[in-house]
Amino acid sequence: MDYTEDQIQRYSRHIILQDVGVEGQEKINNGKVLIVGAGGLGAPVALYLAAAGVGTIGIIDGDVVDLSNLQRQVIHFTPDVNKAKVISAKEKINQLNPDVKVITYHKLLTAENALDIIKEYDFVVDGTDNFPVKFLINDACVQAGKPFSHGGILRFDGQTMTVLPGTACYRCVFQAPPPANAVPTCSQAGVLGAIAGMLGTIQAAEVLKYLTGVGDLLTNRLLTFNAKTMEFRTIKVKHNHNCAVCGDHPTITELVDYEQATCEIKSKH
Amino acid sequence: MSKIQVNGKVQEFETSTVSIIELIKLNNVPQPEMVSVQLNSEFVDRNDFGSTLVKDNDEVDFLYFMGGGSLSLTNYSSTISLLR
Repeated sequence: MDYTEDQIQRYSRHIILQDVGVEGQEKINNGKVLIVGAGGLGAPVALYLAAAGVGTIGIIDGDVVDLSNLQRQVIHFTPDVNKAKVISAKEKINQLNPDVKVITYHKLLTAENALDIIKEYDFVVDGTDNFPVKFLINDACVQAGKPFSHGGILRFDGQTMTVLPGTACYRCVFQAPPPANAVPTCSQAGVLGAIAGMLGTIQAAEVLKYLTGVGDLLTNRLLTFNAKTMEFRTIKVKHNHNCAVCGDHPTITELVDYEQATCEIKSKH
Repeated sequence: MSKIQVNGKVQEFETSTVSIIELIKLNNVPQPEMVSVQLNSEFVDRNDFGSTLVKDNDEVDFLYFMGGGSLSLTNYSSTISLLR
């Protein structure tokens, strides 16, 4: 890749970074990453990947920006309320780094479209807020042999793991979505806004490590942290031979849309 | 007596074994349906939580389901009801 003066300047802190260098930066510029969900996790992931110069960023989200999103979804600003999240995100990415090609999908990821969409990308980031799509991303990526980063946040806690073909998958750890009535209710949930940034930036770092081949990915390990104590833990997890999607005798051979448990009642205000 | 490492921290029990279900209760896990359990680095099937016994020197990890921030107070009226 022939870099212009401006590009050399823009990416200079990567280029001078041992382990990355021009070669690593080229890999980043040639990378194609799909971000599922332009919310709390997707926002920091998209901003850091755009800043790093990831060549193609796909963003899929069917929602519009709501005022209650702005407490943590830092890619969306006050004037974006009611705008499609993917458009709002694309506008910020373009302003941050015009080198990045942004592909937007203003829809939900479903069992029907998942494989078609993810096949265009090198890496998938789970930035979703619900279990049905988390399991869908896992199953689709396992079936398609795509690496992905799982991320979840709740209250003061966050967790993430990176899944490559053959390593422990999300379903190895969490066999199936929790029963709908067990999902935290409105009054029990909520999230400290900055937690989304803490977790999303870890996911973004994993993507950049994957693209450049630097370091050890968070595979076969689940990283969890609690912001009240600021304690981080990495729990070793093993590939589960009984896993329904990547185990010895997989029972899931087709993608399914699980029913979504939700406490959201769209208010008109 | 048994010493069991739960989420990286040692806990002491008066009995020689404790079932996973008991361990979940003793640790005040708020929603047992939302936890996945690893015993000595092997996942325990949810259906076996009652019959699986944990003994001295075992290591148990509770891994919690975590969705995202949006399963939260997006409903304005429910937020207001909490403020009152």
